[in-house]
Amino acid sequence: MPQDRIRNFSIIAHIDHGKSTLADRILELTHAVSQREMRDQVLDTMDLERERGITIKAQAVRVNWKGYQLNLIDTPGHVDFTYEVSRSLQACEGALLVVDAAQGTQAQTLANAYLAIENDLEIVPVVNKIDLPQADPSAAAAELADLIGDTPEHVLRISAKTGEGVEDVLDAIIGRVHAPAGDQVAPARALIFDSSYDQYRGVVAFVRVVDGTFSQREPLRAMAQGTRFEAEELGFFSPTMRSSGSLSAGEVGYVITGLKDVSKLRVGDTLTSERRSATEPLPGYKDVKPMVFAGLFPTDSDDYPELRDALERLKLNDAALFYEPETSQALGFGFRCGFLGLLHMEIVRERLEREFDLDLLVTAPNVAYRVQPPNGEWHEVHTPSDMPAEVEEVEEPYIKASIIVPKEYVGAVMELNNERRGRFDHLEYLSEDRVHLTYELPLAEIVLDYYDQLKSRTRGYASFDYDVIGFRPGKLVRVDILVGGEPVDALSLVLHRDSAYERGRALVERLREEIPRQMFDVPIQAAIGSRVIARETVKAKRKDVLAKCYGGDISRKRKLLERQKAGKKRMKQVGMVEVPQEAFLAVLNLSGERK
Amino acid sequence: MSGARHLYVHLPFCAHRCGYCDFVTLVGRSEQHGGYVDALLAELRLERELLATEVETVFVGGGTPTFTEPHALARLLSSLPDAEEKTVEANPETVTPGLAALLQEQGVNRVSLGAQSFRPHLLATLERVAQPDTVRRAFYHLRDAGFDNISLDLIYGIPGQTASDLDADLDAALALGPEHLSCYELEAKPGTRFTHAHGAELALQADAMEMYFEVVVERLTGAGYRWYETANFCRAPSLPHGPDLRSQHNLAYWRGRDYLGVGIGAVSTIDGTRWTNTPRLAPYIAALGSGERPPREHEPLPDATRARERLMLGLRLDEPLELVGSSDAVDADALARMERLGLVRVRRSSSVGAHIALTPRGRLLGGGVTAELLA
Repeated sequence: MPQDRIRNFSIIAHIDHGKSTLADRILELTHAVSQREMRDQVLDTMDLERERGITIKAQAVRVNWKGYQLNLIDTPGHVDFTYEVSRSLQACEGALLVVDAAQGTQAQTLANAYLAIENDLEIVPVVNKIDLPQADPSAAAAELADLIGDTPEHVLRISAKTGEGVEDVLDAIIGRVHAPAGDQVAPARALIFDSSYDQYRGVVAFVRVVDGTFSQREPLRAMAQGTRFEAEELGFFSPTMRSSGSLSAGEVGYVITGLKDVSKLRVGDTLTSERRSATEPLPGYKDVKPMVFAGLFPTDSDDYPELRDALERLKLNDAALFYEPETSQALGFGFRCGFLGLLHMEIVRERLEREFDLDLLVTAPNVAYRVQPPNGEWHEVHTPSDMPAEVEEVEEPYIKASIIVPKEYVGAVMELNNERRGRFDHLEYLSEDRVHLTYELPLAEIVLDYYDQLKSRTRGYASFDYDVIGFRPGKLVRVDILVGGEPVDALSLVLHRDSAYERGRALVERLREEIPRQMFDVPIQAAIGSRVIARETVKAKRKDVLAKCYGGDISRKRKLLERQKAGKKRMKQVGMVEVPQEAFLAVLNLSGERK
Repeated sequence: MSGARHLYVHLPFCAHRCGYCDFVTLVGRSEQHGGYVDALLAELRLERELLATEVETVFVGGGTPTFTEPHALARLLSSLPDAEEKTVEANPETVTPGLAALLQEQGVNRVSLGAQSFRPHLLATLERVAQPDTVRRAFYHLRDAGFDNISLDLIYGIPGQTASDLDADLDAALALGPEHLSCYELEAKPGTRFTHAHGAELALQADAMEMYFEVVVERLTGAGYRWYETANFCRAPSLPHGPDLRSQHNLAYWRGRDYLGVGIGAVSTIDGTRWTNTPRLAPYIAALGSGERPPREHEPLPDATRARERLMLGLRLDEPLELVGSSDAVDADALARMERLGLVRVRRSSSVGAHIALTPRGRLLGGGVTAELLA
């Protein structure tokens, strides 16, 4: 296919604004699949791919329309994967920006629109769901045009559900989006915009060839990481996998690498040929670092090996997931895991519980801190209990939060952000009713319950997105929780100095309620270094006897005590104190719930 | 094996089933009392060889043994083997001068009187028929008939019981000067009518009543009683070789001795096996009527289990427990921990094995401490 007959595009939309329906309709219209096959082939791809012995989800589908080759590139759907989204967008020349005619622009629409603009994409604005009774296509079109600096007349109005206007969308892609501009004869270069892992074929890279041509069996190299391998198979999805023997400048497809480690081939890296190597990689590669950390412990310590295996397997498909063994005296053996963000953490946790049937205890998440001890080197700390007691300086990650709300909730959002050490950045009216707010906030302030709070204080109307903007110094202290004089590692927290007292006291009070009374007084303290900032006492039991025990009920009483003993064995031992796991759970949950 | 030296006889009949009771009891059924006693005696004959020739203690419990129709009761008592201690449980409202005389004539030398409380409103809550004066009268009838070993049962932790109610109950009990007192904290057992009616209230009072056990122990030991078992107190002998007023029958349980139990729901523990008779009257009478043993559930008691039981039971007493046989039953780490906390005293000696005993505070926490110590 000549390069000027190729168009590469993606669809960007807020969740539920109709991205996948539109994609399905495009496949149907271009006869990539028949209407009857829709269900069988597209929606049920997993089964189909399983038949082929390969379990890779198509990240890019090739279709033909009026003599043009269109490549639809999928983008990851949520905020934690901004970098991955930006790489997917970099593989395109254009993007369909889809907005729900009833809901209008949302935070994710904005975030992705800005990303597309940054990547110099031609944006084709689309208002979807015009068939809905509550749709207001004109208002949505006006808002959308305003956002991207276009005219409302230029905004397409469609219903992906009924198919109305979808042909115009395809025509607009051909008419408005530029053809790829690569050099066919230059040394081959391709951008890896996604990757996947198959247990038989190894790592499968999704690429956009920028210059030159790649061929099957050719030795290749990933330029940033230096990984070398042979292209076992090249091809594209249409919508099932089709081997093509080669991929040339402008084209989008897959490379089966045979590599067994997904972290050897990172999104954003540039592939080149070993025989005739490019000298310059494509711009923009970043080594993505986890920003949010949490301890994952099996509720049943016997499940530790299962958890380890499950994390190993997840990691194959998720290069951004980080984990290392962690031992907590309170929670036993587990792993400290690093995530790109909260949603990433939720996804991993859900997959571990659902796909691997594990029962997990997840500690309150914390962020990565950069720490400089007195006379020491700067380093990163991922666990509050690793924070040195004395520090010269601490830095924490900051984000830029982008929030869209109906104007009556602006006050509520500002109040929330002020409580969370937010710094106001910008306020702008998107329309008469809707306001776009940006704030700079410490990431630590949103990792717990920010999103829930935002939703509840705006009755669910707010939409939220964020970007990590770097590390900044903070007045941060480590607060330790001591039970019976022993620090409980899993409960240590890094807090802002101003909220340390209040949060420490809340934790200590909650623990007092949760720790059962023992045979001795148990002091519970919150301390910064050696300074105790809050203290409660679990009073010793005064009485614990079986009222009576005679010949008729010796067996029953014995079993009662044996059960009690077994229960004690399940308790976590902190020094002399027996603490039920539920107590830790309750407290860890609390750290998310502010009063 | 020389046979069990302790016999328990169950008389399940009651005039009324109290809400908090979870024993095997039957209300009324006076026409069946005679038939039941026949069956009891038949079971006793069937199992006679399990008993030693010399029986040390007999305990007739219930139910309300003294509610049993008098002829049937007399026939039963006259057929029981002789023993040094022969106890019958009695409810105050059933104790008449006639009944006291009957017991005396039949060789009963100890009566355990279910007083429970001397406060009318608390007796009502417990659904007891007796009034405070009924309890006192019953006590004096027994004294008048010549009983010099009377035990009173008291219950504390009753819904609505204030600290001064408890004091008043202890005053009233002490005023009678019983040889022996059993003081039980009310147990709201799941599934009983009582728990249904008062469970929530009891849970609310739990903190306020936590001190009652200590109060009971302090008051009774202060009045010269020996706190010889978790819930049991007896008058200390005034002379060095005076009578031992502990319940000898119950001591046998707490020392892990073998015992034979007859009657519905009765439990026996002999030669490493424990069995429980059917709690149902009809199958019990039918089986024994045709010369068969009643339906039973058997539980093997391997040495390890017996050792654990000896630990559990022995730690209820105020005498040191020798660890020889039960050392495997003890969690050594827990023992060291409990010793450090001042809850257990360990006496180690090279000639005999180690002895352990709970300290006074350890005894207040005896259930928890025992659970810790179990290996």
